[in-house]
Amino acid sequence: MTSIGTGYDLSASTYSPDGRIFQIEYAGKAVENSGTVIGLKVKDGIVLAVENLIHSKLLVPEANRRIQTVDRHIGLATAGFLADGRQIANRARDECASQRDLFSRGPELKTIVNRLGLYVQAYTLYSSVRPFGISTILGTVDKNGPSLHVIEPSGVSFGYHGAAIGKGRQLAKTELEKLKLSELSMSEAVLEAARIIYLVHEDAKEKDFELEVSWIGPESNFTHVHVPNELYKEACTKAKAALETFD
Amino acid sequence: MERIDFDRLKTGEVNLGTSIMAVQFKDGVVIGADSRTTTGSYIANRVTDKLTHVHDRIYCCRSGSAADTQAVADIVHRFLQSEAQEREETPTVHIAASVFQKICYGNKDALSAGIIVAGWDKDVGPSVYNIPLGGGLFRQPWAIGGSGSTYVYGYCDATFKDGWGRDETVEFVKNTLALAMSRDGSSGGVIRMCVITEDSVQRLFVPGNELPRFWEGQEVLGAASKKIGSDVEVVPMAVEV
Amino acid sequence: MDHFPSNWGRPRNDAIDQYATYPIHSRPKDSFAEGVQRTQQPIVTGTSVLAFKFKDGIMMAADTLASYGSLARFKDVQRLHAVGNHTVVGAGGDMSDFQYIQNLLEQLIVDEISAQDHHTLSPAEIHEYLSQVMYARRSKIDPLWNSLLVGGFKDGEKYQPSNPRRPLPLTVYLRFLAYVDLLGTTYSASTLATGYGAHIAQPLLRKAVESREEILTEEQALKIMEACMKVLFYRDARSLNKYQVATITKDGVKISDSKTLDTSWSFAENIRGYGAQTQ
Repeated sequence: MTSIGTGYDLSASTYSPDGRIFQIEYAGKAVENSGTVIGLKVKDGIVLAVENLIHSKLLVPEANRRIQTVDRHIGLATAGFLADGRQIANRARDECASQRDLFSRGPELKTIVNRLGLYVQAYTLYSSVRPFGISTILGTVDKNGPSLHVIEPSGVSFGYHGAAIGKGRQLAKTELEKLKLSELSMSEAVLEAARIIYLVHEDAKEKDFELEVSWIGPESNFTHVHVPNELYKEACTKAKAALETFD
Repeated sequence: MERIDFDRLKTGEVNLGTSIMAVQFKDGVVIGADSRTTTGSYIANRVTDKLTHVHDRIYCCRSGSAADTQAVADIVHRFLQSEAQEREETPTVHIAASVFQKICYGNKDALSAGIIVAGWDKDVGPSVYNIPLGGGLFRQPWAIGGSGSTYVYGYCDATFKDGWGRDETVEFVKNTLALAMSRDGSSGGVIRMCVITEDSVQRLFVPGNELPRFWEGQEVLGAASKKIGSDVEVVPMAVEV
Repeated sequence: MDHFPSNWGRPRNDAIDQYATYPIHSRPKDSFAEGVQRTQQPIVTGTSVLAFKFKDGIMMAADTLASYGSLARFKDVQRLHAVGNHTVVGAGGDMSDFQYIQNLLEQLIVDEISAQDHHTLSPAEIHEYLSQVMYARRSKIDPLWNSLLVGGFKDGEKYQPSNPRRPLPLTVYLRFLAYVDLLGTTYSASTLATGYGAHIAQPLLRKAVESREEILTEEQALKIMEACMKVLFYRDARSLNKYQVATITKDGVKISDSKTLDTSWSFAENIRGYGAQTQ
């Protein structure tokens, strides 16, 4: 952090002499400190999984979920500040509603991602605001099949076959690359996603975490929902078992 | 409640008392219209083009007030241009129809516009949408509209078949419009048609003196005709056998 | 066309046309002479909707016609709309307004899904929502020109029976059936009908259904529905012999493909004249 103390990192509206905006990079740090989030685009659907770090044992299970539904067929998971994640989800819902209002149809994810990108980018322009401290994974299945996108704090967005953000993203990415994503079934993808989250959590063992998994595909009638309980439990059990063999 | 208030035009307004039509076939759509524009019983324009471009492969046929429908089509045209830029792909017919519908429904008190939207897109191929007076949206395999259409519903019901090719569809549109124009005083002139497919938009033109012709014989039999052919026994009315 | 622009949009005014110098055909006239219409009128319309309770839930039916005045303009329009997994809304009246209502309800359900709070809207809540929308619009003197039936079935709904000392059987609490119209008027009964159906089918439905709500099977209910739709087709000049039936039970919403009515006309073959005529 050579930037600290130079004075060029105090505002999102100030460039450093070498053309960087430190506030955006700091927002990236907020993402890196967060529990890992992964997204898988498989044969006929999308699976999202989150390592939801539990900061207090007093929390009710399933509180503060980080996977949110934006429209019937669009799911969103964030790494970084939870509150910023809620804000981005609400904005996404508004964008979806406005598309629905205009076209009497479910919105296309591509449009929503573009609009959200513009929204996030607007928070990198002014000294009066801070950039979003989150990266966002959005997934959908529509007439063109499944698609998966990530929006970063700078406002840029990319489409992916498999995406990983947050603390354990490096290991998660290597694990994702080993998979034949386009051949996986939805249920297989859920098991793999759970395994990867459990695996990357190894590095932060001291903290408790709650696995969160959702999917969109034929099994969920092409709506975005958290996976059914039985599958969730199976995924957890198998993930734990896989950890032991991995070591 | 029962009576439809067709009398929505303001005094002196230019009316597209019209015959318009759109039919989808396997590879595209055929749209067509007459060319008459009237103010009251005066023909303000006898060679109007009522087939209006709103995007590369999306056209609309306009009926009702010329001013209203032109204004709406202009708005939709502008909207689709910016939509095409934002999406980086050509908008679908459904998108165009939804925008037409939104404007027609939201301003139903002020507009008299009956619009048929038709075209080709890569999502569903050919499609035809009808947006009648109140601003509802109805997808149809074939649609007719305007004052002339009421005379040819039966003809269309009896004639239309699924699975036609381009040429049969063009014939159908041409014949339907010719029949409507011959019975509706507010329709007439020439027939303009467009064949919209993935590859092209082709304009077709039938001059007013080369329209398809159907029954034009005597319908009212009586004294006048007796004088002409005195040796022919004239039956005064149809008789059920 | 009035070629005197000074006339455009003006009421009659002696200060302008003191000596009546305008040609007769373009005399300044009272702008309000023809009145001002503030509410719209229905244009593309659907006719009756029928619904009643039966043993396992609610059955609702409507034909597939959207009329344009007396012209049978659109013959394949669905007038029954599923809202979530427990409710069906059936509409008569203006079809463009119904499409608007469908969009409202769709967004309502999407909002409910997005909330992810494990709550889904009950039929009663949807009916209440619709009644508020309809009343708000009529209060703006811009009504949504529809009569709607809301039918539903949802576990765990508990309604206060009208007479607490004589509680109704539990299943009654689960079924929901109510009416709401362009004025925001609401009511509920075990048989309901809108439009022409309220005059013609309602008495038939009452006779066939009332006091048998807990006994009627789905097959029996279908028979009753078919009989009523048939009478409506015979007597409602804005009806069609194609209709759809929705059943809402504990298994959710089911909306049938369109069915064609089996009608009888052969008795008319030997009818002669309109009185004494015999041949």
